Parts: sequence; C-alpha cells; structure tokens
Amino acid sequence: MSDTAIQRPVKLSCKHLWKVYGDKPQQFINSSLTAESVSDIDQLASSMRQKNHMPAAIDVSFDVREGEIFVIMGLSGSGKSTVVRCLSRLVDATHGEVLLDGEDLLAKNNRELIEIRRHKMGMVFQNFGLLPNLSVYENVAFPLKLQKMSEQQQREKASRVIELVGLTDRENSFPHQLSGGQQQRVGIARSLAVEPDVWFLDEPFSALDPLIRRQMQDEFLRIQQVLNKSIVFITHDFLEALRIADRIAIMRDGKIVQIDTPQALILNPADDYVAKFTSEVPKIKILQADQCMQDLPAIDNARVSGDSQTDIDAHLPLEKVLQIFSTNADVEQLRVLNAQKESIGIVTAKSIVNTLGMGLDKGLDQSDKMSQSSQHTQAV
Amino acid sequence: MSESQITEKEISQSYQLEPESNQISSCFVNGSITAFVIRFQLLWLVIVCALCLVFVNEVAVLKQFPKQWQLPFVPVFNTLMDSFISFSGSSFKGVAMLLSYPMNWIRELLQWLPWCAVMLLTAGVSYRAGGFKLVVFSIVSLFYMLLTGLWEASMNSLALVLISVPLAVMLGFSLGVLGFFSKRSQRVILPLLDIAQTIPAFAYLLPILLLFGFGPVVGLIASILFAFAPMVRNTLVGLQQVDPQVIESGLMSGATSSQLFFLVRLPSALKQILLGVNQTTMASLSMVIIASIIGGTADIGWEVLSTMRKAQFGESLVAGLVIVLLAMMLDRITAGLAQRKSLPVVVQHIVLANNSGSMNSRFMKMLRQSFLGRLCLLLAILFVVTSIASVFEFLWVWPGAWYIDSSSILNSAITDLISEFKGVLTSIKNNSLFFVMLPLKIGLDQAISPFTWGFSATIWHGVIYALSCLMIATFFIYTKRFNWAATVIVLGMVFYSGLVDFPWPAFCLVAVFIAWHLGGVKLALATFFGLGFLLLSGSWKKVMLSFYLCTIAIFIAFFWGTLLGIVAASNKSFSRFMRPINDALQTMPPFVMLIPFVMLFKIGEFTAMLAIIFYAYVPAFRYCEFGLRKVPLEIIEAATSMGTTKLQLLFQVKLPLALPNIMLGLNQSIMYGISMLVITALVGTNGLGQQVYIGLSKGDFGIGIVAGIGMAIIAMLADRFCQAWQRMYAANAVL
Repeated sequence: MSDTAIQRPVKLSCKHLWKVYGDKPQQFINSSLTAESVSDIDQLASSMRQKNHMPAAIDVSFDVREGEIFVIMGLSGSGKSTVVRCLSRLVDATHGEVLLDGEDLLAKNNRELIEIRRHKMGMVFQNFGLLPNLSVYENVAFPLKLQKMSEQQQREKASRVIELVGLTDRENSFPHQLSGGQQQRVGIARSLAVEPDVWFLDEPFSALDPLIRRQMQDEFLRIQQVLNKSIVFITHDFLEALRIADRIAIMRDGKIVQIDTPQALILNPADDYVAKFTSEVPKIKILQADQCMQDLPAIDNARVSGDSQTDIDAHLPLEKVLQIFSTNADVEQLRVLNAQKESIGIVTAKSIVNTLGMGLDKGLDQSDKMSQSSQHTQAV
Repeated sequence: MSESQITEKEISQSYQLEPESNQISSCFVNGSITAFVIRFQLLWLVIVCALCLVFVNEVAVLKQFPKQWQLPFVPVFNTLMDSFISFSGSSFKGVAMLLSYPMNWIRELLQWLPWCAVMLLTAGVSYRAGGFKLVVFSIVSLFYMLLTGLWEASMNSLALVLISVPLAVMLGFSLGVLGFFSKRSQRVILPLLDIAQTIPAFAYLLPILLLFGFGPVVGLIASILFAFAPMVRNTLVGLQQVDPQVIESGLMSGATSSQLFFLVRLPSALKQILLGVNQTTMASLSMVIIASIIGGTADIGWEVLSTMRKAQFGESLVAGLVIVLLAMMLDRITAGLAQRKSLPVVVQHIVLANNSGSMNSRFMKMLRQSFLGRLCLLLAILFVVTSIASVFEFLWVWPGAWYIDSSSILNSAITDLISEFKGVLTSIKNNSLFFVMLPLKIGLDQAISPFTWGFSATIWHGVIYALSCLMIATFFIYTKRFNWAATVIVLGMVFYSGLVDFPWPAFCLVAVFIAWHLGGVKLALATFFGLGFLLLSGSWKKVMLSFYLCTIAIFIAFFWGTLLGIVAASNKSFSRFMRPINDALQTMPPFVMLIPFVMLFKIGEFTAMLAIIFYAYVPAFRYCEFGLRKVPLEIIEAATSMGTTKLQLLFQVKLPLALPNIMLGLNQSIMYGISMLVITALVGTNGLGQQVYIGLSKGDFGIGIVAGIGMAIIAMLADRFCQAWQRMYAANAVL
C-alpha cells in the first residue's frame, strides 16, 4: 500500500498548525510565526512556556492522502490528541491551516462545520463516548437521527455498519452491558454510520486489553480494506502504529519529530528519541526483503539457477525470508524481484545480519548519529 | 462554537496544573522563613488574647461592643420592607391569589377523593417506582394515617407538596440550565443559592408572610423558595459532569447546539437531575411542615406543633410518625423513579418529538397512544373505585368508630417511663450541663460553684488551671508543634471565661487569623466583614449563645458520627443495621426530631443539643463510612503485606485516605446542625434562633432578618473554613 498511497491525491492537509493554551495565545502568533527555521520555532515555543502558556501543538504540518492510514504516535502529553481535535475542530487551533479537499476548515462557520461533521467526518474516542441511555442500535443511529433522516434509511445504514463490526445480535443491548471491545465496536460503527470520507480515531484501542486490542486492530484493518477511508489514527503504542500505518508521524512535546513509513522509521530513525522506540521492535516482522538486500553480483544478471523457489517478492516480510532460509538449508541466497518481475538484488544471511545489526547498534549506542547509519546503508 | 470553547478550556485547565505545582514547590523552599513568621504571629496572637482577657473587667469596650458603635439595622430593614410592600405589595398578593387557586383545587380534590382511591393511586405510583415492597410500605403508611384519624391533615400537607414540587422543579431546572450556559449568571446564581440554603427556613417565612399575606399559600410559596435550590445545584452539576468524550462524540455526529443539549447533555445528566427532584421533594415537605408554625393550615405540621405546645406528647408522637412515614414514602418513591431505566427513554422520546418533526411521528403516536391509554385506564379505575365507594360509605370516609386511640395509651406509657427513669434522666442532663455545656458557655470562673461542682473556685484553682494549660503548651513548643501550643492556650482562655464572655476583639482576631492562614486574604476579609456585621447589628451576645450551642453539639455529633462510621465501614451487619435508622433521621423533618427529646428532658438547651446531635451526626457517619469503603483495595493489600496491624491500617492508611470525605462530612454536619439550631428555638434556646422566632411571632421583619442574616453568616463562614481547610489539605497531599 505504501508506494501507491504516496501517489494518491491529498485528502486532508494540515499546515503549520499551532495550538497554544493560556490567557492570550494570540500575542505570540502575530509577532514571529512567519519564521521558518527550526531554531526559531523552538525559541518561540520556549518563550511561550516561560510566559505560562502551553504550546500543545507546535508548527505541525502533514498531508493525509486518500485511502491512507496516517498514524500519529507519541507518548501522553505529546500533543497528539490536541492535533486530532484541531483537525476535527473540537478544539480551535491558534494558528495554521487545515485543508479538507482543499477547503480551509478553520474558516468554516458553525453551520458549515456541522454539515461537514454530518457527512464527511467520523471520530472514534478512547473511552468510547457512547450515550449511556441509548441502546447499541440507537447509539449507532444517533448521528443519522441528528440529520433527521427517515427511519427506514436510519435502519438500513445503521444495520449495515452494525453488521460490519459484527454486533448484529447485540443491537438492543445497552453500553453498560457490553465488554470494552464491544463498546468500541459500537463507537466504530457509529462513526462509520454517516459514511465519512475522513476517519479520526483517537487512541481507539488504548482502553482495551492487549489480546482484544490485537483482535480489534485486525478488525480495523479488515474494515479499512473494505471501506478505504482516509484515516488519522492516534496512538501511544509504537507496535500498534507499525502494524496498521501506511505512514507514521512521531510527536514529542508538541512537535512532529519524523514522518515516514514504518520500514523507513526503523531503518532511519531521525533522532535518539525515535531510535528508542525502534530499538524495542521485533524488526523481522516489520522489515521487508528489499530493505535488507545486497546489490546484485555481476554474474547474477543472467539467470543462474532458474529455480523459482529462490525468487522472492520485494515486499516479503523478513520473517518469511528467514523461514525460507531455515527450511532449505542448501539455499544461500534469494533473489528479490520487484512488481515487474525484474530482479533488483539478492538477500543473503550476511545482508540480513548487517541490516538487523545496524538497528542494534543504534539501540545500544544512543550517541551513534544519523551520518554513520546512512553510511551503513550505502555500504550495504 | 461554545462547545469547543468549553472543552478547550477544560483541556487548558488540565495543562495549567503544571505551573501551579511549581509554585507550590517554591513555597516549600521558602517554608522555613514562613514557619518563622507564623511562629511570631502565633506568639502575638496569644499575647493579645491574654491581654484582652486580663483587662476585660477594667475596660468596658472589651467586654461588650459599645452601644453607640452599633448601627440601627433593625429599623432600617423594617422601613425598607414597609416601603417595598407599599410599593409593590399588591403584585405579590396577586401572585399569592394566582397560586392559591391550583393549590385549593388539589387540596379539595385530595379531600374529596375516597381514601381507597388515594391509596390505589399511591400504590400504582409506588409499584412503578419501587416494586412490590414499596407498595406494601406505602399502603401500611396510609393505613396508619387513616387509623390515627390524621388522614385529612396528611392530605392537606400532601396537597401542598404536590403543588410546590413541580413549581420548584421547573424554577430550579430553568435556573440550573441558565447557570450552565451563562458563566455570568452562574456567578450570580451560586452565591444566591448559598445564601438561600444557609438562611434558616424560619427566616424565609417572615418576608413571605409580610409580602404575600396569610393562609396556606404562604407555606406553599415558602416551600417553593426553599426547595428549588437543590434542583438548581443538581441540574448544574449534572450538566457539567457529562463525560467530555460523550459531548465530543455528539459534536462529531454533527449535532446542532439544541440537539446537543436535548439529545446528549440532558439525557446524560438526567440521573443527577432526577436526584435533584428527590431532594427538592424532601426539602419541600420539610418546609411545608415548618410553615405550619404560622398557623391557618389544618395540616400535619400544625397537628404536631399544637399538641407539643399543650405537652400532649402521645398525640404529637403519633402525628410526628405520620410526618416521618410521609417523608419516607415520598423519598422512596422519588428516589425509585430516579433510578428507573425506562424513564429517560420516555423523556427522550418526548424531546425528540419536539425537536425533529416528521421522523418521530410514529414514536410520538405510540407514546401518545400509550400515554392516553394509560390515562384513560387510570380515570376508569378511579371512576369505578369512586362509584363503589359511593355505595359503601366506609370506603369513602373512614368511619370514626374505626379510629384507634393510641395516643392516650402512649401518653400514660410516657408518663410512666419518665417517672420510672427520672433520676437517671436528670443526672444525665445535669452532669452534661454542669461539666460540659456551662464551662463553654459562661466559663469555668462562673460555672464552678458549690451547687454545680460541689466546691467554689478559689484563686488556687485558677492558678493550677493556668499552669496546667501552660505545661501542655510548653510540651507542644518543645516538640515544635507551635500551632498546637497556641491552640491549647487560646482554648484554655476560652474555657476560663466562657464563649459568651470571651472578649470580642480577641475572638475576632483569632477567627480572622485562622481565616487568613486557611484561605488567604479573601477569606480573612470575608470573616472580618461577617463578624463586623454581627457586632454592628448588636447581636453579638446572641451569636455567641448560638455559636456555643452549635459548636458543642456539632463537635459531639461529628465525633460520634465518625466513630460509628468507622465501625460501620468494618462491620457489614452494623452498617445494615444503621442504614434505615440514618435514613429515617435524615428524611425526618427537623422539628419532629424535637418530640422525643422534649418528652424525656423537658425544654432547654440540653434538649436542643441532643436534637442537633442526632440530626447532624448522620452526614458525618455516611461520609466517613463512604470514604473508608472507597479506599482502593490494592492500597489496603499493599499495606497489609507490609505487616500493618489492624489499628495501624486504620489510622495510618485508611483514615488519611478517607480524610477528604470525612472533612466533607464535617462540613455537612455543620450545615445540618445550624439548620436544626433555628428549629430548637421552639424548645427554648436563647440565641439567634430565638430572635428569628420572636421576629416571626411579632411580625417584626427587622429583628427576624438581622438574626437570619446572622445565622447565614455563621453558616457560610463555617462552610468556607471547611472548604479552605480541605483545599489546604489537598495541596499538602500533592506535596
């Protein structure tokens, strides 16, 4: 998905977004927000903190493309929830632009905003935000009811999404009768009932048990395969981000530290902060064949073995590659083919060890800087 | 956009926690300097108090606030009220007229209806609210009213409640909603509520009497004005406490602001709001009972009061029990209705039908059909019952021959009981009067006499007393607990001279000093002005009389309540045993509480103290038990695994963790105690309560209102002191 997503048109775009809490946040904005360089932004943020203001989102910019799962990852207090609330305008940003289909959301008046929320946006909340006095069906049909849709239409649409999340037999239950996972399914169904283009999920699975969380992630990916929404997904769980994301933005203290695909994040963490996350990750599950290959030896240009068993797809997870090595003891190298069936490199035991070891260095030696790792990559 | 602004504010508040905690830690750094300053201040405080006490007999100003300094509040209030009445009295009379029509209709309807029809209706409502058990309770209670011949009086009271509750609920609900949406009006409403809830119920009656004229309608208006306050608070709290994520989800579903209110906020807050209805009903009943003091109403409160005045304790006990039963019945029914799950749905359908026309027409039709259906069914049943009753006379009016005269038996039983235990009762009363109440009231210097303590105080007793106080204080200074030392010395002085004779400048100084350290300049100023009013109005002596009675009663109530609460928290069967008792004590209108104590101990301050204790201990008990039970299990397990004994667990783990709740209980106890204090004026206490009562009986607005404001000042200051203390404790706990 990741290559193709980048070519798709931009659905939601967030440009130089600031959110500052305090008495008079506007005082900082007028003066020097036009400044572009990174150090100026840091200076501005620290001057805000000195004057008892809290910059919760600092110059946040990113694009979400159609059908993309864009994950914002950060620890608590890093400003990720603030950003998603600025995107949905549950919170008004202090400065910046949010473009949905090229239109500036921040300029919309109340009436227009309600229309946009009714038809283009859906949001899922960490603690579900279900109305305790309504049944599952009534909760899901709630946004439709607000639009004064006819009852038959409500029934149709609500039943469809309830079926999608697999709660058809619990339609008449009340939220307090459901488990956490089931409650969040209701939350998901409700957010999807209006068939939104953009789907915000604010830590949707954080309040759930790990096993249920895993199951819900699969469920989420399945739903996304069916619906293909443009998604902004907030989480503090790096593994969750890796599992579901097309691209990940890592936030720290209100700033975006790095935006990249999961694989690129692991291979090239922008700084120590990101590296700390990546060092904990089981890399063989994330990395793919083309990320740990050597250049083709010259002699290999012609078909050497002709044995199709040693040809592998470029996106084959490293885990599977290792399985091939372990089951066929006599195989020494695998040839990597791209989508056009052209060979683009080979994978050997040595190249895998090199790639994994590089990440290991970073994990162990935090002072190891970017320059070195990029040299590594070039060498490989 | 107001929604997003609110959530924004909430978030920003949560962010601002950080800098605050920094400030606290910086305070902590300067702690040693502050401690030194406080020590210095404490020393001066003690010296000034001691000087006041020494020279109290030489300098007249210290002993009594000079007459020529006092301001003529009483005549001023009287003229104000007179001119107000002459200016707009007729419009108030008009309102009273307007309200008297529906009231009379309901009164007459309830009087006219056959008793069996009323019983059937009550049974139906009880069944909906609380099932079969509640039906049995209601029916038994109503039969009791029939058997004792108090049916008519009970129905008159019930009619007042039935008309005042809907009005109070509507008034309270709209004010609550207004306060929720407009921060500015909230700033006006909340302090007004504070005043309305702390001014004693008696004091309400007077202006209402003057404005609206006589008759039962005064009771109705008083009960509306008294009862709407809890509704406002609960509405406000309910709306404010809706989970922000629920509101956000409503917003993201595209709710307009009216949809957000009616479909998201209101249904989510409904439980709290219905709790408000319950509290409003109880307040309304209690005021209806109190209002009978002005007479003219043939209701159950009057029954109790008139028999009590005639010292017919048997009759008043029988009538008092009717009030208790009525209160419990109304409480259970409204509380039960608040708990029901289907009610919100019904309300929601109504709201929906109003809100979005076409789509819900079917819902509405269903509702209307079922509602109309039920109404028809109800009317049909009533008709049938009434016609049956018209045939069988005894079903319509309870035959006189079927009354059971329990009061005469009770009367003789009570007389026997009292004569049997006369010695014990008198000795209990005298001992607590001589050794506890009098020393605090008039001081050891006067309380010790051959008649009371068996010897007269000599100069040596005084010296020994002073020395022992100083020794305890020295011990505390030695262990660096300077606050304790100062407290001991000041208390020693108070007990020596008595609260009533304690020099007023010293009292004010101590109060303002405590206020300053608990709540900063704001609270100190409030205390200063509050006490200033009490002094200037010339009611200082009365205030001290009330203050002494209240202090001693509330201290005992709090101690007793907390102790019982601790026991109840660790012993389930005791807790189960106490629950109905506490329920009864708390739902009982305050002046019914007086009956048994007056019976046993005659009128006087001791009786008043007991009544206050029994009324005020309940919140202390409940909050303490609740707080202790709420201590997280993990913490208890952690402490147990460290090897704590049971007592260590209680004193070092559970009680500190439950302290915020216990302090809340103290706060509530104080409020309950003060509200009871006024009622005890009926059994002959001196003090502000008596002043209110005098004002009421003479129709002197000035006297009544000055005393009422005085009580409100005491209550509000006590409340603020408690809150400030709680805040300080919370801040320290954060450290």
